[in-house]
Amino acid sequence: MQQIINFFIRNKTFFLYLLLLSISLGFTFQSHSYHKSKFINSANWLSGGIYESMNGIGDFFELKKYNRQLVEENQRLRSLLINNKLISHTDDTLMSDTTSNRQYKVIPAEVIKNSFDLRKNYLTINKGEHDSIRQDMGVISSKGIVGIIENTSGNYSTVQSVLNTISEINAQLKNSNHFGTLEWDGKNQKTVQLVDISRVAPVKVGDTVITGGMSAIFPKGILIGSVSEVNPDVSGNYFIIEIDLFNDMTSLGHVYVINNEHKKEIKQLESETINE
Amino acid sequence: MNNDLIKIIVRFFILVLAQVLVFNHINLFGYINPYVYTLFILLFPVKKESRMLFIFLSFLIGVSIDLFSDSGGVHAVASVTIAYIRPVVLRWVFRNAYEYQTLKIAATSLGQRSLYIILLILTHHLILFCLEIFSFTDIPFILKKTLFTSIFTSCLCILFMVLFSRKKR
Repeated sequence: MQQIINFFIRNKTFFLYLLLLSISLGFTFQSHSYHKSKFINSANWLSGGIYESMNGIGDFFELKKYNRQLVEENQRLRSLLINNKLISHTDDTLMSDTTSNRQYKVIPAEVIKNSFDLRKNYLTINKGEHDSIRQDMGVISSKGIVGIIENTSGNYSTVQSVLNTISEINAQLKNSNHFGTLEWDGKNQKTVQLVDISRVAPVKVGDTVITGGMSAIFPKGILIGSVSEVNPDVSGNYFIIEIDLFNDMTSLGHVYVINNEHKKEIKQLESETINE
Repeated sequence: MNNDLIKIIVRFFILVLAQVLVFNHINLFGYINPYVYTLFILLFPVKKESRMLFIFLSFLIGVSIDLFSDSGGVHAVASVTIAYIRPVVLRWVFRNAYEYQTLKIAATSLGQRSLYIILLILTHHLILFCLEIFSFTDIPFILKKTLFTSIFTSCLCILFMVLFSRKKR
């Protein structure tokens, strides 16, 4: 017994190292799987607060750009409104159902931390649980898709960006209903990949890609990007389509979080169907 | 001793803030960010008694960086590892001065100091990017990123060391 204790005391540095190494490896591997990075993320009061106060300074210099973006978006929405005679009543939400029961709620938020140089990129926004933001809500900007809410705290949330090698988003072609999965290979910040599109789909360079609305996270029809390259995959049965994002992911200011009010109902129905 | 401890704590906070607010946003050529917070580990006073504290603080600075950059625990792994292997590198680079406990990193020659910095930073970045990218098909990319980022970080670290070292002559 004495010898064992002596052994531990002699090698205490090594054991401390092993302990700390296993803790940090634990954090690392947790973050490799979906929805597991619970402990170490930037949606907390400390890092969120620091990022927010620094962002306040940076924001001042971007005001002109934000104004321009808002004017452009207003213009687009106005033209939609005028051209669509069906919508006669004015709505305060961006994506409203024509039925009286609104399915999607939109919450505005501001990006306080953005990253795009890593393989697994996360953003931090300045809205959290107090603003009824929960995990797995979609995040878009005025130009297109941004990502999915990953972790939330009281006042902040982290967003798993589309520029993340573990992100998978349902997407489809605008002019046909062939759908696939949106992924990122980690190489270029401007292009993402659409995989699992069947070879029979009529795809050509320049086509627009939109969200597919099969996942209950994003409503159907949010813009993603345009096709820049079409390649067959290894098996030859599917396409791998390179997509140029409409959004400039390296410069994000104001974003919108989309809350699907029917998500619980959809999820419950789906799980019941599988159980039976 | 007390004075030293305060200096270490101040350095800890300054380096974490500088890293997350400035150096994480440099994006040279699109993907190169220097990890200057490793200076904390490189400059920690060389004393055999405080090794446990040193390893623990290195772990802490790694976790702090991870906390801000949503990277899981990759910085913690890399930092704690170079903190653990630092004595080996010190013995190899500085030989006698390290054996006789008279080593002050600020007082060594620029050549030796640069070798020491480059060795530890290469190790740190290799571990960091292996874990961050974590895929066999991307080994060339890992090596490329390690090489370029190491060069950038080393240059900045040597520069900061020269700029902020007080001459005691």
